[in-house]
Amino acid sequence: MTAVTTTEPFRRVSPGRAFLGVLGRDVAVTGKELGSFISQVLVQPFFLLFVFGKVLSELGYIAPGYAQLLLPGLLALNAFLVAVQAVALPLVIDFSYTKEIEDRLLAPLSTRMVAVEKIVFGAIRGLIGSLVMIPVGYLVLDEVSWNLAGLPLSALLLVLGALAGGASGLVIGTLVSPRRINIVFAVVITPLLFTGSTQFPFLQIGSLRWFQVICALNPITYVAEGLRGALTPQIPHLPAWLCLAALVFACVLFGAIGIRGFVRRALD
Amino acid sequence: MSTQTQLTPTGTGRPAAAAVEVTDLVKRYPKAKVNAVDGISFAVAPGEVFGLLGPNGAGKTTTIGVLTTRVRKTSGYAAVTGIDVAGDPVGARSVIGVVPQRPNLDRSLDAKGNLVWHAAYHGVPRARRGPLADELLERMGLTDKAHTNPDELSGGQAQRLIIARGLMHGPRVLFLDEPSTGLDPQARLFVHDRVAELAANGVTIVLTTHDMDEAAKLSDRVGIVDHGELLKLDTPANLVAGLSGSATVDLDVTGLDPEHLRGRLSAVRGTAGAEVLAIPDDGPARLRIRVDGEAGAALPGLLEEVTTAGGHVSDVGLGEPTLEDVFIDLTGRGLR
Repeated sequence: MTAVTTTEPFRRVSPGRAFLGVLGRDVAVTGKELGSFISQVLVQPFFLLFVFGKVLSELGYIAPGYAQLLLPGLLALNAFLVAVQAVALPLVIDFSYTKEIEDRLLAPLSTRMVAVEKIVFGAIRGLIGSLVMIPVGYLVLDEVSWNLAGLPLSALLLVLGALAGGASGLVIGTLVSPRRINIVFAVVITPLLFTGSTQFPFLQIGSLRWFQVICALNPITYVAEGLRGALTPQIPHLPAWLCLAALVFACVLFGAIGIRGFVRRALD
Repeated sequence: MSTQTQLTPTGTGRPAAAAVEVTDLVKRYPKAKVNAVDGISFAVAPGEVFGLLGPNGAGKTTTIGVLTTRVRKTSGYAAVTGIDVAGDPVGARSVIGVVPQRPNLDRSLDAKGNLVWHAAYHGVPRARRGPLADELLERMGLTDKAHTNPDELSGGQAQRLIIARGLMHGPRVLFLDEPSTGLDPQARLFVHDRVAELAANGVTIVLTTHDMDEAAKLSDRVGIVDHGELLKLDTPANLVAGLSGSATVDLDVTGLDPEHLRGRLSAVRGTAGAEVLAIPDDGPARLRIRVDGEAGAALPGLLEEVTTAGGHVSDVGLGEPTLEDVFIDLTGRGLR
């Protein structure tokens, strides 16, 4: 290019730099409120872990090995749900009221990539939310023994689970009106919480066939089951390939719907 | 990899591309019965201040929306610095700065953070962001507000911060949508001064307004827009000079049908035209009469005509034709 102008030369910003700029803003804002973010993320799983993993098993109502089963489930749960919430709620408010996202929509970046940034950012929050559960698990539970060889696969599963969560958040955030977001959260999040095979192994609920079918539709199931296969293989679990395939499918499906919704909201 | 060919000449020695070019632009929103923008064409030269003047809903903001890549055109062509905004929105975004009608500052960041992160979105090198932000905060009189949350800024301060934000990446064209709506007179003046300063520094500016004084004061040329169409385009002085009549007389009248009176006044000798400005439910109707020669000389004849018709004049105002009269002349109604 030999563009010579009388004023300053036209410099085309690389989309990568613009993307990192937009992502950097979100990360910086999260960094500023890290304390409140972590506590927000930890409270619910901590009590689930404490009551089901510690209190009930100490009282003898729950078999001693249950904590082993529960902890990977809670990692999966946080990776997905924290990502959903990180994307959905701010987007609903941004698009409907504050319009604060407009300045980023005017960055030299395709509108689709701004949507992808939202997914990636949600996934980063989901991953943080998931990883902070590990030390908590070790502190609260008496016996946690993981198959360390399964860590790389676990990391991959968590990344995919968090991305699927971010993509689902994008779907909710662009399709739901602000007046309905509370009801959607109540009606969607709670069922996701209990149908993600986080508190039970998927394969062992075959006697409740209908419930098993519902659980099979929840992406969290595949994160939880995959993590069990990697970290606690002695517990019956779905095969790794199936979990990975299901999560990739969820990322692509929700990603495509979410990005379409985002572009529709961003451009008139 | 395919590379896009830039057809517009940017080399020296050739005429520079228009800063903004709009040709037969049409925008119809889904489910709308009429076009929001209905075949508008204009071009803005580099360094020019161009004003789009019209009432709310005329299509000004939609036109700006298309030019700033936020609204998808239905048909026609729109380009900034030779870049087709529909074909290369990403390229267009890097050469434009946008000051929207509604404040949209990032409230998760302080004032300086809004500037610094905006620069980051636009790939301004990290080391330059801070000093640049400080410089612009100073120019906009906001140095002591650098670490204030946008929520705590006054309307005028927020507007100046938004202008500063729009300038952080050194845009070629700055779009200002209703830049002083909702500001108190002092804040308005400050914003006007900043816009004039930018223009003096060679930034191309496209602004929309429904305020004729603002349009006349700031713009080199004004396009008058109504119902999605560009009715007239010229310098403010030429637009006003093009009107018949060299002075205006405003009359507040009671006791008569305003339309009937308008007809009678139009026929008075020396009258170039008459319009009904306002018909309030209670109180007098206001009529504006454009006259040849001096307003004072025409007044007795007009007052006599009202009295003869059986009306009562409660107030008189004399003036010179303004852009508002141009608008009234073109559309038969006032701007507000």
